[in-house]
Amino acid sequence: MAMSNIIPLFVAISLLGAFIISIIGKRLKWLPDLIGSLTTLILLVLSLITVRIVATQGILVYNVGSWKLPIGIVLVLDGLTVFMLVTVNLIAFFVSIYSINYMERFTSKWKFYTLFLLMMAGMNGVVVTGDMFNLFVFLEIASVASYALVAFGTERHELEAAFKYTVMSTVGTLFILLGIVFLYSYTSTLNMADMANVLAQKGMSNIVVMVSILFIVGFGLKAALVPFHAWLPDAHPSAPAPISAMLSGVLIKSLGIYTLCRVFYNVIGINSSLSLVLMVLGTLSMVIGVFLAIGQWDFKRLLAYHSISQIGYVILGIGLGTPLGIIGGLFHLFNHSVFKALLFLNSGAVEYATGTRDLQKMGGLMTKMPITGTTTLIASMSIAGIPPFNGFWSKLIIIIAAVQANRLGYAFWAVLASILTLASFMKVMKYAFFGELRNKWSEVMEVPFFMKIAMVILALICVVGGVLFISNINEIFLKPASDVLLEGTKYADIVFKGIQ
Amino acid sequence: MSKEHDKGMTLIVKVITRLTVGLILLYGIYIVLHGHISHGGGFAGGVIIALSFVNLMLAYGRDVALKKLPKSAMSFFVSAGALIFLGIALLGFSGGYFFLNFISKGEPFRLFSAGIIPLCNIAISLKVGAGLFAIFVVLVLLKFEWEKKE
Amino acid sequence: MIIYLLCLMLFCCGLYCILRKRNIIKIILGIIIAEYAVNLFFILVAYRMEGRSPILSSEVEIVNMVDPLPQALVLTSIVIGLATTALLVALAMRIYEKYGTFDITKIKELKG
Repeated sequence: MAMSNIIPLFVAISLLGAFIISIIGKRLKWLPDLIGSLTTLILLVLSLITVRIVATQGILVYNVGSWKLPIGIVLVLDGLTVFMLVTVNLIAFFVSIYSINYMERFTSKWKFYTLFLLMMAGMNGVVVTGDMFNLFVFLEIASVASYALVAFGTERHELEAAFKYTVMSTVGTLFILLGIVFLYSYTSTLNMADMANVLAQKGMSNIVVMVSILFIVGFGLKAALVPFHAWLPDAHPSAPAPISAMLSGVLIKSLGIYTLCRVFYNVIGINSSLSLVLMVLGTLSMVIGVFLAIGQWDFKRLLAYHSISQIGYVILGIGLGTPLGIIGGLFHLFNHSVFKALLFLNSGAVEYATGTRDLQKMGGLMTKMPITGTTTLIASMSIAGIPPFNGFWSKLIIIIAAVQANRLGYAFWAVLASILTLASFMKVMKYAFFGELRNKWSEVMEVPFFMKIAMVILALICVVGGVLFISNINEIFLKPASDVLLEGTKYADIVFKGIQ
Repeated sequence: MSKEHDKGMTLIVKVITRLTVGLILLYGIYIVLHGHISHGGGFAGGVIIALSFVNLMLAYGRDVALKKLPKSAMSFFVSAGALIFLGIALLGFSGGYFFLNFISKGEPFRLFSAGIIPLCNIAISLKVGAGLFAIFVVLVLLKFEWEKKE
Repeated sequence: MIIYLLCLMLFCCGLYCILRKRNIIKIILGIIIAEYAVNLFFILVAYRMEGRSPILSSEVEIVNMVDPLPQALVLTSIVIGLATTALLVALAMRIYEKYGTFDITKIKELKG
């Protein structure tokens, strides 16, 4: 067996877990928890193995059904793919551990795990595929599963948010499909590497410009960049807390940002006007997201607006196009996954213990819930960019990159958004965890074991996350990912030459 | 008249349905099995199979149709179809590749040819047929529950 | 050429329906129209002059086939559309159950 046989397993194992749960999980109550955690654990281990494989062997290309490269579907494992796989599966594992206890409140846990694993299959598929239409199919698997998961509680607000999310996201999907149709009619191929070759030969034309606009609208809707962000503050808070963590932590990144990077850097090829569009969209998201977040009193809604703002940092870093900027953007992507997932899990823990999400009704919970309080403090300091934590390093790199690229205006807005983030999280800590304990909450208990352990480990990753930038780890984890983006449309040659 | 004839549409519709529903089902199965040599395939055939059950339900009411294909059987078929499809894909690893067409492909234009494609068609038709009927049943039953409340 | 433009016009009709209509069911119809416009466009892109259906047969030699790939892809995209539409209809029914209306201007509890 060749090493590259590991690639289709990322999709196959998650689908297998999902369907096994759906076929027998209804009768055996303990089974969904076990299979859910086990599947995500296997996926996490596999994704860590791929880090090593890519570091030693270089890029792997897999031909599904042994159809050779331009004809069949190919799966590609390169630095960026590995980076996204580790991010997705790391968060998914802790979220599935957390939901063992959290999802007790809902009936029919097996439906939750089936949809959850289908969403995993979609996200892993989007990341590993090297075929344009295949990317669209996996994108839709993940999206449809997430629509159903947002509506999981089937209460008034969940349904309303899910409807809004579904309509807007479907419109995004249609734009993406239309873009793919135009690209196919222009290049007569669906393979991304082949497409990049043909596009490089034919050069720029009006069709490519139109496709770029369609893709920016489509993937922008999936990533919730600012003019297209209206669904996110409704959809993310309405889902159950583990799903909010997945949606904010990894779904918008793998469906939105990863696909934007892949298509614009590796297939169409980045140019100065595209990079300007990305930077402007990123800065707009960063600033508008944080301004909208400051006034919120609903804990999860506040976090959702901060997601928009932090996504702006990632897009700004990647849009800068300099090596340092891309590394900073990707590093921030990883860090944001960790601390935003942690914050949503914390908000879920607070809701689990007290039953409310309104910050004004909380107060002094630190004494009653020390672990939740401490982990929230760590995550808040991470997202606000306080020095020893991981968020500080990635924001610092993005700002330095902006200054180096002589984009002082963007750097200024990045600093301003960071300060406003700090202010808004000081509000969260002050109202929710510090201050007087209200009599109402004197009976509050700390959350159960599995929820605590997921939060504590994620908090540890927040503390030591800065280590990733130390040269050794950087060499095998972040550097290959940013190299994939930097080499641009040479991606095609690399894939054609890759180990078959 | 037996009890099962109380619900549903008029006698004419019922008689015509009784005569045609089997043919529709057979036609669906034909489309599935000949998917690899002519028009059609798993999805088209599965939709026709589902439509035969939908027809039964429209004419005779939900009890008769659900007796023929209960809800538990539906959810079993949906998951089983997906698992069979995934299993076929995973068996390709025996030849070294995911989704490899590992059975001999035979002569073209014969019923038993094309390796795994007919098997995939059958799996897809199970999934689509049961899934589409399940969607229909779920939407209809949801409406019934809520009328009961009012 | 005109037929492609008509297709895009149909797509724009769907988008208009999604953006302007207040009734949930009409929004769903708009999504379906837009989706089918894209699918139709995809099929038309594959058409070759005087093309035949791309199925081999033992009796006649077919020389002028239309592009078969988009037909397979459109089938996939129709299935995805089916899943989305079914989910949207189920959501709409649940929303009607909870809110008692299909008017989106009255279903506005989330804001801020």
